[in-house]
Amino acid sequence: MPSPATEPTAPAAPPSALELRGIDKRFGAVHANRAISFSVARGSIHGLIGENGAGKSTLMNIVYGFHRAEAGEILVRGRRVDIHSPQDAIAAGIGMVHQHFMLVESFTVLENVVLGVERGALLAGSLDHARDELAKLTRDYGLDVPLDTVVSELPVGVQQRVEILKALYRGAEILILDEPTAVLTPQEAGALFKMLGRLRAEGKAVILVTHKLREIMAVTDRVTVMRQGAIVGEVATCNTSPRELAEKMVGRAVLLRVEKTPAHPGAPLLAVRDLEVLDRLGVARVKGVSFDLRAGEIVGVAGVSGNGQSELLEALAGIRAPSRGSITLGGHDLVRERLGPDERRELGLAHVPEDRLRMGVVTGFTAEENAILGYHNRAGYQRGPLLNQAAIRAECEKKMIAHDVRPAVPLLRISAFSGGNQQKLVLAREIDCDPRVLLVGQPTRGVDIGAIEFIHKKLVALRDAGKALMIVSVELDEILGLADRILVMNAGEIVGEVARADATEEKLGLMMAGVREASA
Amino acid sequence: MVREKTGGGRLTVETYTIIVLLLAATIRVATPLVLAALAGMFSERSGVVALGLEGMILGAAFASAAVAAVTGSAWLGLGAGIATAVALALLLGFATVTHRGNQVVAAMAVNIMVAGLGPTLGMAWFNLGGQTPQLDQPAQRFLGLMGPWAATAREHPLPGLLYAELLSGHNLIVYLAAVLVPLSAWVLYRTRFGLRLRAVGENPLAVDTAGISVNALRYQAVVICGALCGVAGTYLSTAASAGFTRDMTAGKGYLALAALIFGKWKPFPTLGACLLFAFTDALASRLQGVALPIVGVIPVQFILALPYVLTVLLLAGFVGKATAPAAIGVPYSKEN
Repeated sequence: MPSPATEPTAPAAPPSALELRGIDKRFGAVHANRAISFSVARGSIHGLIGENGAGKSTLMNIVYGFHRAEAGEILVRGRRVDIHSPQDAIAAGIGMVHQHFMLVESFTVLENVVLGVERGALLAGSLDHARDELAKLTRDYGLDVPLDTVVSELPVGVQQRVEILKALYRGAEILILDEPTAVLTPQEAGALFKMLGRLRAEGKAVILVTHKLREIMAVTDRVTVMRQGAIVGEVATCNTSPRELAEKMVGRAVLLRVEKTPAHPGAPLLAVRDLEVLDRLGVARVKGVSFDLRAGEIVGVAGVSGNGQSELLEALAGIRAPSRGSITLGGHDLVRERLGPDERRELGLAHVPEDRLRMGVVTGFTAEENAILGYHNRAGYQRGPLLNQAAIRAECEKKMIAHDVRPAVPLLRISAFSGGNQQKLVLAREIDCDPRVLLVGQPTRGVDIGAIEFIHKKLVALRDAGKALMIVSVELDEILGLADRILVMNAGEIVGEVARADATEEKLGLMMAGVREASA
Repeated sequence: MVREKTGGGRLTVETYTIIVLLLAATIRVATPLVLAALAGMFSERSGVVALGLEGMILGAAFASAAVAAVTGSAWLGLGAGIATAVALALLLGFATVTHRGNQVVAAMAVNIMVAGLGPTLGMAWFNLGGQTPQLDQPAQRFLGLMGPWAATAREHPLPGLLYAELLSGHNLIVYLAAVLVPLSAWVLYRTRFGLRLRAVGENPLAVDTAGISVNALRYQAVVICGALCGVAGTYLSTAASAGFTRDMTAGKGYLALAALIFGKWKPFPTLGACLLFAFTDALASRLQGVALPIVGVIPVQFILALPYVLTVLLLAGFVGKATAPAAIGVPYSKEN
């Protein structure tokens, strides 16, 4: 609870590093920010937490000059500033590390750092100057980065350091990080937090935007919670708990842990042997992977994004042809028989794709059209050569009610639904035909906490009904919460397999970084 | 190239002369390609598809020939050519950068518009069936510049002919094109503008967050593209020939685009590609009517198609791994 009495009283507080007063912003009908006021002290790490769509990113984009607020003012070190563009924000000492890095992949680190803050029309001088400055910065903050390497060749953790260096090189006193750990292993995240601590010690103000409660609890000094565009609470981190923050975010009590009984795995339903998948350039993305999916268990595939999980999932679902290996389901070798997604569906293999908006739904279609995608040829949806509209609508309504999709309006465009409701509808579609094996990519990406709870319960219920589930997720918490058995992927290989009971975050983190089980 | 091997190293003066003349022709044919390809490089490196090269060159060719014919000054013609092509480039920029229109559609619209507009205006102004009047005064054209002692040098075949035909004797625009290649490379890789230009074609969002205006950069790139196309068009109608004729670009804009892709959007490889295309073109002209062993006389149509066939083959076969600027053809908006 935000109770000022419990905080240490500061004598004649110096001006905050950043203060927002009454920031208001609408996008059409959406009131993205409602009269937001909050301030961040120098030498502190301030958490900004909220569900997807709560308005955190909008607020930070306003601070960074990407969007213009309709009302309100921004004060930096007590002085009012007009921020119309990122240039103004940079001049005011505000730096931002975006969730999707703003780096030119084909440039070297050095070129990326000087871009936009060159000294003079010729490059040579700018690059030399930056090299000297960066040497100092890397020393001061322990941000070791190879300056002359092309960015695309660097691991994401290092790319993130480049982003931070960029901000510091521009003289940032206020550093905003938007979901910085989404692409990191737990160890990399640890290193990042240590570095943020060093920035705090230097007197910088750090704003950490995230939806991960654990991170907020671990590193922030204060935390501000947003819901539906408004601030619903601000507390000193030491005076709150994850449960309290989650309740504030969602507006009701939520279950943070998945409740489930021990698994009773049955016969293997899907067997993968020596599977290799190449990408368009002929590079192996999945390198000779073998595993089984058994009835009545959830197998979690953990790994940092981009280590072959997506390709594996697509190969299993029949979207991408493997170059080698076999996938056996119900006596059929899916690879040798070249069975496509449709035929695999007939054999009882359903797939909830990772990228919902690209592969899961057609955004221009209505909910009812999306609810039959891939199943539209089923007898129940046909009337002669035409689609049976009435049956489709009734079926969609039924699914929407059963899966708590809100609003339960089949004729509404799918893009009008929240991520969570879209995902619930996709899941409803895929499990409707009672598949034996269910593949789920990023079950709760872009999904609000309330819907996460529902989806997790549903997946566990499917397991208990004897289905074989495979879940690919970059959220380690989700893997740890759902899976009975965990496969860890790194650079296209399964570097380890751990039973849930033996899995710890540290162990998985090391494997995600490529350290083999034996040496872990 | 085939002929060099004849005689086992003993080149007769005659074949030597033919080769030198062939190479000189290559340079002349390559000039508009080089200018257009560099124009395309600036545009595409900024993320704007350069499909409008053809229209801009054709428009410039018409404008420069028309102005040169009326005023009697090749220089005023050049100015008009550049102004016209830049105006067309700004039109394209307005459609695609400011209003985020589809770049391919907008460029094709300009190409088609210019193809019709030139002859129509020509008809209205000069009444010569869509052409511009013949440029018969020396001042109306960019003519070859003889280097010192070129005439005497010609008498000493080995170094002399090389100097007289290859190095000397071209018009000003040829030398300009030659200088522009290293200059473009220098701008692209050694200057602040070049860094930003390359960045905006790869990741405009990164440029925007770095506090640089994406639209301003793309407009600058498009204007440079227009200016270079203006020079290329002027070359076609006032240097390579003496007046504007309907569709006189004959796909050179597209060919330049192909050379740019083949040259992987880099100045010197692009120059190489332009020279290769120009060489086949020069060779094709020379092969017209010549009876070759076994096949006999090759039909003219087939020979003229050679550079284009080569283009298709090269693009299909050899540049599979060329990586275009990542953001090419994508209109920039912050919301995405």
